[in-house]
Formats: sequence, C-alpha cells, structure tokens
Amino acid sequence: MNWKTFLAMLSRDAHVARRNAIQLGLQTFLQPLLFVFIFGRIMVGSGYMPESYKSLLLPGIIAISMVFTGIWAVAMPLIAEFQWTREIEDRLLAPIDVAWIAIEKVVAGMLQALVAGLMVIPMAWIVLRPGVQISIHDPLTFSVILVLIAAFSACGGLALGCTINQQHIGLMFGMVITPMIFFGCAYYPWSALKTFPILQKLVLINPLVYASEGMRATLVPQFPHLPLAAVLGALLFFDVLLLVVGLRQFESKAVS
Amino acid sequence: MVGVRTQDLCKTYNSSPPLGAAGGFVARADAKGSKQQKNQIPALDGLSLEVMPGEIFGLLGPNGAGKSTTVGVLTTRVRPTSGQAWIGDHDVWKEQAQVKLLIGVVPQRPNLDFSLTAREILVFHGAYFGIASKLRNDRADALLEKFKLTERGNQMVRGFSGGMMQRLSIARAMMHDPQVLFLDEPSAGLDPQTRILLWDIIREYHAAGKTVVLTTHNMEEADALCQRLAIIDHGHKIALGTPTELKATIPGGFLLRLRFGNQTEGLLGRLRSLTGVREVRSTESTGVDIYADRGGSLISEIANLAASSGADLSDVHISEPSLENLFLHHTGRSLRD
Repeated sequence: MNWKTFLAMLSRDAHVARRNAIQLGLQTFLQPLLFVFIFGRIMVGSGYMPESYKSLLLPGIIAISMVFTGIWAVAMPLIAEFQWTREIEDRLLAPIDVAWIAIEKVVAGMLQALVAGLMVIPMAWIVLRPGVQISIHDPLTFSVILVLIAAFSACGGLALGCTINQQHIGLMFGMVITPMIFFGCAYYPWSALKTFPILQKLVLINPLVYASEGMRATLVPQFPHLPLAAVLGALLFFDVLLLVVGLRQFESKAVS
Repeated sequence: MVGVRTQDLCKTYNSSPPLGAAGGFVARADAKGSKQQKNQIPALDGLSLEVMPGEIFGLLGPNGAGKSTTVGVLTTRVRPTSGQAWIGDHDVWKEQAQVKLLIGVVPQRPNLDFSLTAREILVFHGAYFGIASKLRNDRADALLEKFKLTERGNQMVRGFSGGMMQRLSIARAMMHDPQVLFLDEPSAGLDPQTRILLWDIIREYHAAGKTVVLTTHNMEEADALCQRLAIIDHGHKIALGTPTELKATIPGGFLLRLRFGNQTEGLLGRLRSLTGVREVRSTESTGVDIYADRGGSLISEIANLAASSGADLSDVHISEPSLENLFLHHTGRSLRD
C-alpha cells in the first residue's frame, strides 16, 4: 500500500470537486430543498399535511441526499473515465495496487456524501422551521450510521459505475434510482407500509430503507422506526456486499 | 538500466478487446471469418521477446498484429491468458506496483484526465509517483517547455488538438523519469515537424540510459529510431534483428510487384531465369512479386518476356530494400493491409 499515491489521488478528486463546487452544490441540494419546501412548507402550511410531517420528512431527506451524492460522486466519474477515453488510466498506471484506486474512489465518495448530509441538515432546517423537532440523542450512534450510509452510497456508486455503460445511464435512473427513492421509506416511515404487507417485506431489499429508518431512529425517535440493531446490521451487510461487488467489477474493467 | 522480457505470452480476448487497453482492432476480420467459438479473439500466440537494458526496441506489424496487446501486458493493463512478462527482475503480474514505478506509458490514443489542466495533469502525475512538490512543479514546467505546451499549460485539455494531447501524453509518461518508456504508435496523428521533435526527444531519453519500447506500423520510424526490431503478425514473432540485418534477409533487396492482364503458363519459370532475380512468387490471381538484386534495369527484360509469352503486363511497382518489403516477404501481406 502506497499512502503517497493514495493521498495524491484523493487530493486530485478534492481538486476536481472544488473546481465543480457550484455545479455539485446545485446537483446535491436543489432537489432535496425543493422537496422540503413543497412538502414541508406548502403542504403543511396549507393544512394538507400535519405539522409533525416536517420532523418525519427531514431525516429521510438527509438520507436521500447522502445516498445520491455518494452514488453520483463515484458512479458518474467512473462511467466517464472508463469510456473510450480511458481517462482513469493515469491512475491505473500509478504505483499502487488497482484495488486501492477503487477504494480511493469510495473514500472520496464517502467524504462527499458526509458533507452533503451534514450540510443539508441546517439548510433543510432553515426551510422547514419553525416546528421541526429533531435532536441528536446519541452522537456516537448517529455518527456510526452516517458513516455506514456514506459507505453504502459510495460502494453502491462503485458497483454501479463499473457495471453500467454511458449509454445506459438513463436506464440506471429509471430502473434502479427511481424505484429506490420511492420505495426507500424516505418520505414516509417503513411502518406506514403495514397496510401493504407484501410490499413492506419487499422494500427490505432496498438499502435506502435502512438509511432513512436509521436517520429517523437517531434524529426523531418519537416516530416509529426499525430497530437500531437491524438498521446497523443491514447497512453493514450492504456496505460489505457492494464493496466486494464493486471491487470485482472495477478490477475486471481496469484490466482486460 | 532495466530490460524487458516476455516468455510464451498468449492472450485471447473473450469479447472484442477494450479499446483503451488494446488500442487496435485485433484480428477481428479473422474471428468473423472462422465460425469456431464466437467472440474468441486471439491476439498473442506464444510471443517471447527480450529487450536489452538501454535499447530502443521496436515492435513492427500491421494493425491487429498484437503490438498493443503486448504493450498492454507489459504495462499491467492486459492480463495474459498464459505466459510471463518481466520488467527488470519484476514479474509484471506479481509485482504490479513495483513494475508501475519503473515504466512510463504513452498509449495509442491519448487518455488524459479531462478534469484537469495540462499542467495539473503533469503535477498530479508526479504526485501519484511520490515526487516532492517543488520537484514535480519544476519538472512539469520543464516538460511543458520541451513539448512546446507552456502557453496552454493552464488550459483544460478537453479543447486540445490531437497532436497536443499526444505531446502531453508523452510529457506525462516522462514526468516520473521511468526506466522503461513504452510508446504505442507514438507518432500516429503527429505532423512531420512534431514527429521529428518526438524522435529527437526519444533519442535524448535513450541517451540518458533509458530503455525505450515502441510500436509502429511506420517503416520509416522503425528504421530511423530502433536499434532492434521484432516484426510480429497474428501474435507471432516472425523476424528479429537490427533494421540493417533484417533488410539484408530479403532476397536481393529490391521488390518488383507486377500485375499481368492474364498469366500464361511457364511465365513464372521464365521470370525466374532472368539474371538478378532471386525469388518469384505468384500473388492473388494475376500478380507476381519478384525479389531481385536490381530494380529498374529488369523492367525492359520483364516487358519483353511478358510480350513474348502473351502475358499482358499491366502494372509495375519497384521498391528499394526496406522493412516494408521484409514484412511482405514474410507474410505475403503489406503492412498497410
């Protein structure tokens, strides 16, 4: 393991992210903030939704922002860099094992997802206030869940980015991302699905469910949520699974 | 100084080779022709090579011969189906990180990092190789100057012309001062002046005690630059030696490619009997290749002979001793085919 190379690649990614900061910011925050505004302010303000929906919504929005920032931050550059231009090759030829290049991408994606998650909290809070009742009861558990969510999103980005070709990006959004968002329990708690028992079981294969429920469990425990142990176990499972799949896919793309 | 060695390298692609790694169109026509195992595309078939430390070595062959795949295997980008490759004492596929420290690679098509400026590409490349900040900045400036890119140094490379990208790729490969420099078709797409500049730079790099391995299908380049050459076709080595040695193996040296309107019986035998003719080969239906000690002075005799045999001589092409002729002699195909 060559730390100098690893850190140099990380600083390259940070440099590129800084250069595209405005674009990245809009991409990361516009959609969740619009969502928060429409559902948290307009729907609640006009009385179609109860006041408590604000507090229920915020953790879900944090989870979604993190997950999609992480997936996006890793998958999109990889899809582009593995195309015919093979832009990634100058890093593949750097004096480090190929797997570490993939891990560097995961770390960069995790950092972006964490920044997105931590920034969306105050931003959404400002849009939603007054009437949001969130608090971090257990900072340690909260941090662990944040890191596990960031890791799952970045590893998911690695697996997707090394599996999908440029011409299938649209399909990825239609077939993977969209269902994941709507069945991810981000806009409603998992317990709200109890009237659809089959669906309620089915959505458990969606890792976003555990991200949303985990955020709810630590920020708004007054609402019903999945048990913390289940959330932690499932997130860890998806982290490892997606990392293993992602690394395999990365190596098969990197070396022909 | 570091040498390069391969032993019985074989590579079969299961699908069409990834463009980046393999560069060319590897024997695709052959795969289509034979209906055996679909998509199994053989690129290397038992290739053994030895490049001496401090040598400029050329791999010469037509598109699809396996040149880029060979470079791919030696530069950790293509995993061989069987066989071994070494850079110095390091097994390429067992000690990848050490091997990557020793080599610099200029790919066939520029693979620059489009998210960075030209200068950043060089500086970050230096950082990947652990070069200290001041040194890598100085080196980047020196290389930009050398490759006449200083003015464009702070621009994103997306808008660069093909020739500029190629120059920057070469500068990047030299950034960490590698012991072995691999250049895959380095002068493809370069204008003549830049090509001369590149040749000078390669010679200068070699003079500093470095090993250079380049692939080309350009005869002139191989002749001008390489100390030794391997001619490869269909993943085999078909000839090896210095350009002069190789050219001396062509019978006679001159090649006369003739085409007749119709080929009459006994024509080949009569052509063979002409003085200075070393070898006569019939090509396609009505073509004949003659390897001979002399060129132009044979034409009148050939024309007379053709007229008296009733064979209508319709086309004549004379070429002097060259690697192109050598390739043709070994494979029956032109390098440009």
